[in-house]
Amino acid sequence: MRKRKPQYIVIGGGLAGLAATMKLCEDKAKVTLVSYQPVKRSHSVCAQGGINAAIDTKGEGDSPESHFYDTVKGGDFLAHQPLVRDMCYQAPAIIHLMDRLGVAFNRTPEGHLEFRRFGGTLYSRTAFAGSTTGQQLLYALDEQVRRYESEGQVKKLEWHEYLSAVLDSEGICRGAVLHDLRSGEIFTVKGDAVVLATGGPAQVYGKTTGSTVCNGAATTSAYLQGAKYANGEFIQVHPTAIPGQDKLRLMSESARGEGGRIWVSRKQNDNRDPLNIPEEERYYFLEENHPRFGNLVPRDVASREIHDIVYNQKLGIGGQPMVYLDLTHHSEGFLEHRLGGILDIYTKFTGDDPKKVPMKIFPAVHYSMGGIWTDYEDDGNGLIDHKSPRNQMTSIPGLYAAGECDYQFHGANRLGANSLLSCIYTGLMMGPGLIQYSRNLTSHVEEVSSTVFDQARDQWRGRMQAFKQMNGRENPYILHQELGEIMLANVLIVRENSRLAKALTQIDDLEIRFKDLQCPDTTHWSNPAPSMIQQLHCQIQLAKIITKGALIRNEFRGAHYKPEFDLNQPEDFDPHEYVEYNEKRQYGEIREDEFPPGHTSYMKRYEECNEKWLKTTIAEYQNNQPEISFEEVNTSLVQPRPRKYD
Amino acid sequence: MPDDKTIHLKIKRQDQPDGKSYWEEFELPRKPRANVISCLMDIQMHPITREGKEVTPVVWECNCLEEVCGACTMVINGKVRQACTALVDALPQPIVLEPMSKFPLVRDLHVDRSRMFENLKKVKAWIHIDGTYDIGEGPVIPEKQRAKAYLLSECMTCGCCLEACPQFAKDNDFMGASTFSQVRLFNMHPTGAMEQEERLDAIMGEGGIADCGNAQVCVEVCPKKIPLTESIAEIGRETTLQLLKNLFLK
Repeated sequence: MRKRKPQYIVIGGGLAGLAATMKLCEDKAKVTLVSYQPVKRSHSVCAQGGINAAIDTKGEGDSPESHFYDTVKGGDFLAHQPLVRDMCYQAPAIIHLMDRLGVAFNRTPEGHLEFRRFGGTLYSRTAFAGSTTGQQLLYALDEQVRRYESEGQVKKLEWHEYLSAVLDSEGICRGAVLHDLRSGEIFTVKGDAVVLATGGPAQVYGKTTGSTVCNGAATTSAYLQGAKYANGEFIQVHPTAIPGQDKLRLMSESARGEGGRIWVSRKQNDNRDPLNIPEEERYYFLEENHPRFGNLVPRDVASREIHDIVYNQKLGIGGQPMVYLDLTHHSEGFLEHRLGGILDIYTKFTGDDPKKVPMKIFPAVHYSMGGIWTDYEDDGNGLIDHKSPRNQMTSIPGLYAAGECDYQFHGANRLGANSLLSCIYTGLMMGPGLIQYSRNLTSHVEEVSSTVFDQARDQWRGRMQAFKQMNGRENPYILHQELGEIMLANVLIVRENSRLAKALTQIDDLEIRFKDLQCPDTTHWSNPAPSMIQQLHCQIQLAKIITKGALIRNEFRGAHYKPEFDLNQPEDFDPHEYVEYNEKRQYGEIREDEFPPGHTSYMKRYEECNEKWLKTTIAEYQNNQPEISFEEVNTSLVQPRPRKYD
Repeated sequence: MPDDKTIHLKIKRQDQPDGKSYWEEFELPRKPRANVISCLMDIQMHPITREGKEVTPVVWECNCLEEVCGACTMVINGKVRQACTALVDALPQPIVLEPMSKFPLVRDLHVDRSRMFENLKKVKAWIHIDGTYDIGEGPVIPEKQRAKAYLLSECMTCGCCLEACPQFAKDNDFMGASTFSQVRLFNMHPTGAMEQEERLDAIMGEGGIADCGNAQVCVEVCPKKIPLTESIAEIGRETTLQLLKNLFLK
């Protein structure tokens, strides 16, 4: 008898989806790869600055262990440590693999990989390919998958939309319901397992740095089918983006990694040409407030400071919500070589040349640390079992997730250049576990009754038909814009419970108005309107997950900033004091005067806060609402401690 | 009449691949920093023509909106380019939008560029590696060579070069500048070079490099300023050498 080949369905063709596909093909599996568009156009292309790996080519003493520490500290200790550590230890091999695949990483004079600085670390740890690193990595994986496609192992279904998983009578995922975006046909495909690699939910916020396909619908659909959604409230706001009418374009952290300086005039409403503002009248607030990290503090810190400068201190450029990001002290040749691509973007969209004048930037929603809940298996000593089928599996058996749509790696705040890493890492790492999952199956998908698939298909045919026939008064695109406005106004950098509660009511109102939609296009061929309505439905649910999670979590952690619950770290506090405090406590009592005044009480507050809130937020769909509960975080490897970036 | 407060758009539409095309005009309020994409998004929210007729929203393809994905390519005021970087303030009005003419039409401004991806398969546009397992570092590559490769690898398969090319047509097999440039990219790489003969053979038949008429318009319209004509010249030389090798050595 011929050996049965395992078969999988991968949804999404960004870095995570392509990495998973490549790895599975290497293990002789067959893969159906589903994407809204040609996979080469996926959102990973937007990542600019680089990818982290502690290869320590500059004798700085960097190591994967330091990378691991920086990552969990950057995430305010909310990530499961064994998995983060595994990722950081795999990172050098991942960079070397991508290099072997032909990625045009910048080189040293000797022809080896070049590395640069990025936020949240003091090491040069970031490999980069010009300033389009994500695009270059994506193309390399796209090429590998194209090779497998030409050999018949991969079947691409581009211009297709994932609607839901097909679950059998035991709740095991056996395939997916897909929607052909041209013919409008709805059908099912069968697989041993389904991998969601569908990226982030940026479109919930409307105008962001995200691409138009980053709508969060696939993961929300899984949530609506019973999967757990985790840490939804942790949304990263990137400090530097270019304001725009259709989207807020990212200005990469690499601009600061290469020495870019953030500043404003010390005078309010200063309308002078920035080049005419003398040095002593410029306020380099990040450098002044953080002498060691300077402009390279983590993103949550930088975004909060810019927000404070603009809204509390009213020092935005000419009174507007913008600050300068200045590279003009570098030579044009240097900037062209190291940052050419992103500076071109700025010029194309604003008409100004950042090599000559400081850029005007403002924070924008950028990344979701949270996502669909996924599992992993470690050996109890902090090492990951790489063959375990539990790795990256959602709470629905047979449904997996990888990349930005999963929640496991970045805790409460992601460090720059760690997302490309986590996407490729999860895609590759989950491969052996998926193969094992197929082997362990007691009944194969071929044995599942066809009625399971027919019912799922028919249910979606009815649903999409109903969306298409909606004939009310509201325009779905306007409703989507309003949803984004609610989220931007209330669930962003600074969070207050009264406004979060108000936002929840507004989202509920929007959900009522959703029922009064009019589908603006009822034709049969290549009609995006019914899909858009289905995505909007998911986004309303996802907005509730994010907002309710934010409302309930009464603390300040990473990107989730509630001034009301700020523990007010004393200015002269050193995080190592807390480590010492803990050690001493293990050996008995601590004298009240052992630590400087105020420090002991701060450390007690910190401890109480962690006791209550150092937990993963879990949202589960019940009665049309997210029910929120909490799960323990694995902090077995590094003692959580207060964050400080001085 | 359009003034500085409004934007006048003229859009070529078509409901189906085999349907008939027609024109519709829209007048929108002008917003700061508007681009063609934001105009199309405004039409989605208010799908009403200049004459007050309610229509279906215009269908087009887009994703990244920052000119790195290549999706939103269309013909704007007669020139093929990405809609995201087409800033309204820099465009004479009415702004005329048409789909690319060299690819099968899907609907309105959306075309099917699968042919470009199929061509990448024909020329084996990839590095064939032993496997993904950790076998150490990649090859040492001089920075100058890397920089040259990077220029070529920024190609986002948008199709501008093919839309402008007089040789590339719906009813022939010509591969076009983007594909030839990718052959050069992979042949330049130390590992990729191990398959260079196969790649060159693939572009020596019908639709291959010999069909290039040297019009040189490809390089003018490339949004990433990829030195396409340089690639064509270099790959042309390599295929000539390969032809001689094939004649005498096989």
